[in-house]
Amino acid sequence: MMETIRRISGVNPRKCMKCGKCTASCPAYDEMDYHPHQFVDMVESDRIGELMQSRGIYLCLSCFACVERCPRSVEPAKLIEAVRLAVIRQQGMDHLTPDQIPEKLDPALPQQAITSAFRKYRK
Amino acid sequence: MQRVGVFVCWCGSNIAATVDVERVADVLGREPGVVFATHYQYMCSQAGQELIQNAIHEYDLTGVVICSCSPRMHEVTFRKTCERAGLNPYMVEIANIREQCSWIHKDRESATEKAVILGRAAIAKVHLNAPLTSGSSPVKKRALVIGGGIAGIQTALDIAEAGFEVDIVEKKPTIGGKMTQIDKTFPTLDCAACILTPKMVDAAQNEKIHIYAYSEVTSVKGFVGNFRVTIRRKARYVDETKCTGCGLCTEKCPQKKIPNEFNLGLDNRRAIYIPFAQAVPKVATIDPAACTMLKTGKCGVCSKVCTAGAIDYRQKDTYVEAEYGAIVAATGFNPIKLDKFDEFAYSQSPDVVTSLELERLMNAAGPTGGTLLRPSDGTHPKTIVFVQCVGSRCDDAKGKPYCSKICCMYTAKHAMLCREKYPDTDVYVFYIDVRTPGKNFDEFYRRAVEEYGVHYIKGMVGKVVPENGKLKVQASDLLGGRQLHIDADLVVLAAAIEPDESARPLATMLTASMDTNDFFTEAHAKLRPVESPTAGVFLSGACQGPKDIPETVAQASAAAAKVIGLLSKDSLVCNPCTAKPNELMCNGCSSCEKVCPYGAITYLDKEFRGPNRTVLLRRVAQVNPAVCQGCGACTVACPSGAMDLQGFSNQQILAEVDAICR
Repeated sequence: MMETIRRISGVNPRKCMKCGKCTASCPAYDEMDYHPHQFVDMVESDRIGELMQSRGIYLCLSCFACVERCPRSVEPAKLIEAVRLAVIRQQGMDHLTPDQIPEKLDPALPQQAITSAFRKYRK
Repeated sequence: MQRVGVFVCWCGSNIAATVDVERVADVLGREPGVVFATHYQYMCSQAGQELIQNAIHEYDLTGVVICSCSPRMHEVTFRKTCERAGLNPYMVEIANIREQCSWIHKDRESATEKAVILGRAAIAKVHLNAPLTSGSSPVKKRALVIGGGIAGIQTALDIAEAGFEVDIVEKKPTIGGKMTQIDKTFPTLDCAACILTPKMVDAAQNEKIHIYAYSEVTSVKGFVGNFRVTIRRKARYVDETKCTGCGLCTEKCPQKKIPNEFNLGLDNRRAIYIPFAQAVPKVATIDPAACTMLKTGKCGVCSKVCTAGAIDYRQKDTYVEAEYGAIVAATGFNPIKLDKFDEFAYSQSPDVVTSLELERLMNAAGPTGGTLLRPSDGTHPKTIVFVQCVGSRCDDAKGKPYCSKICCMYTAKHAMLCREKYPDTDVYVFYIDVRTPGKNFDEFYRRAVEEYGVHYIKGMVGKVVPENGKLKVQASDLLGGRQLHIDADLVVLAAAIEPDESARPLATMLTASMDTNDFFTEAHAKLRPVESPTAGVFLSGACQGPKDIPETVAQASAAAAKVIGLLSKDSLVCNPCTAKPNELMCNGCSSCEKVCPYGAITYLDKEFRGPNRTVLLRRVAQVNPAVCQGCGACTVACPSGAMDLQGFSNQQILAEVDAICR
């Protein structure tokens, strides 16, 4: 499973030096059960089952602050995205279809959020 | 035909584990001209060397091939071995079957095959070797130290102590370097100026030391023992011999708003300035980019107030040429620029400072007179956040891949001093790892935590946002499992350090090698740490890698010891592998003369016998073997193939290629 996550994300979690800058940058910190540096560590130590059960993977805003600031270019958000993808692939179902979009539209909703939602909930 | 002996070394398991040494010796033993071949566990050991010497006597060998480690490691060793047995040392060839074979291959079969091929090439070459004799060249008994920081000063003082003349070239108006900007020094907290300025004065007063301040090296020619260096003395527009350093001009100059580089732009200086009170030489300098007189021809205030008549607006750069036996690079370091780390708001708030700026803010001679005040509003900071590893230990694209080494200790020092001077402040240090190896270093860091109550937090700051005069710091506390939000008054960034930008062009001039981070490379990482691979060039201080003051001084003295060792010789043995022209083939085109970096080639009109008893006058190349360093540039440039390198002739190289392709 770890190999699958590494392959989907293209991330090498071994590059992480456990500085915690990702977790320090995360705007969704208070909502999440696991935090970005823990995601990286859990992939590295092959605890992906727990990650796939986690609510946190859907609370990640995909703002990519952790990707931007990581001094070693580990890119934690890509790992989180890969885990979400793994969940979707395993279930063989998507969490979002295009025809569900019109009813969810809100004038205050940025375009980026829709793109991001597809990235998060659909293969 | 030569009588060749082949000696295959196991290098313990270094070679023998990957290469079948017995088979290599066996196969090479059947090569033409090989009369003896054997293998041994450690060929460089006493017993191994005796084995070679005995074989030379017993089998009357005229050439020796050693299949072992790199020639950079033991070529000299084996040449001496053979010389002791009466063989010319240049009849020895090394086949590198360690670095170029066993260490880089895994498959025993193919590694063995490659070792045989490398051995064969060396045998093919040794058949064409001819005995060579070394000449000698004199040593100029004077050293040049480039960079006048604590490293350069220490090296110069030690060389002068041994009785040799030494020149320091410093690009800034004063010597002293970074240490002059530092307030206190770890781990003893003595004042940097108190221990440095006496050394600066010692250097200035030492009759063996000559200081070229506000000067730069512009060209280096020659080679070990005989460098010819051009030094550009930049125009100060002040006569160094007349200026008394009274400082009146620096008070009267009407250009008041020039950022003061000595205080890192935290305050202003005038267009004519003396960097700081203890500057050496204590001479004013006019900044030509800021001086109204130099730009428009209207002003002249400094010249009017100068009682010594030292101001000279028409001064020009001058050039000094000098000869040196040895050169020491001591070009030092700088903190990196922080534009790639704007999440820390360095460009957005004056209250986000680098550690070096904090040194100035805490220094009695600094812009605040030693009282720690916020640059924005001059108030006392109550909450101070230190961020470690800013730009260090980063991915190449984001910063520096190395640890800057000094930041953990100076941050502990800063945190401790803040708490000591202002017990009402809260001090946080965010760290990834605390690295404090060194005598009394970890004890020092623990004191900051235990006695001074500095909050050390394992984690990193994610962002700093200036808001209503405060700095909102968002950070992680990995051990506490929380995200922290701190309203700080001052944020201090431990910026990574990098080599000074003058190091790279200097390395090119010196033909000294550098690593990818522009630190000078040492000749051997463990065993020759203060020598450059380029003979006669030595390394002192942070130009070789990040280091603190104690380590810099130790290395500076080590470099001085190496220089003294070199300068105390009257002459050096030359490398006999020099270029040699075949006069009958030379067409006098001057190509070789133009490419020679050492100026070793001259041309001579020489008489040759022509057909029917006529005499032809032809222009032919001559090589001065005492100057030639055997680089081979001329052999490549010669269009008629007249130039050959002794010991590395075209014929020998092609014989090697043929043997490999056989």
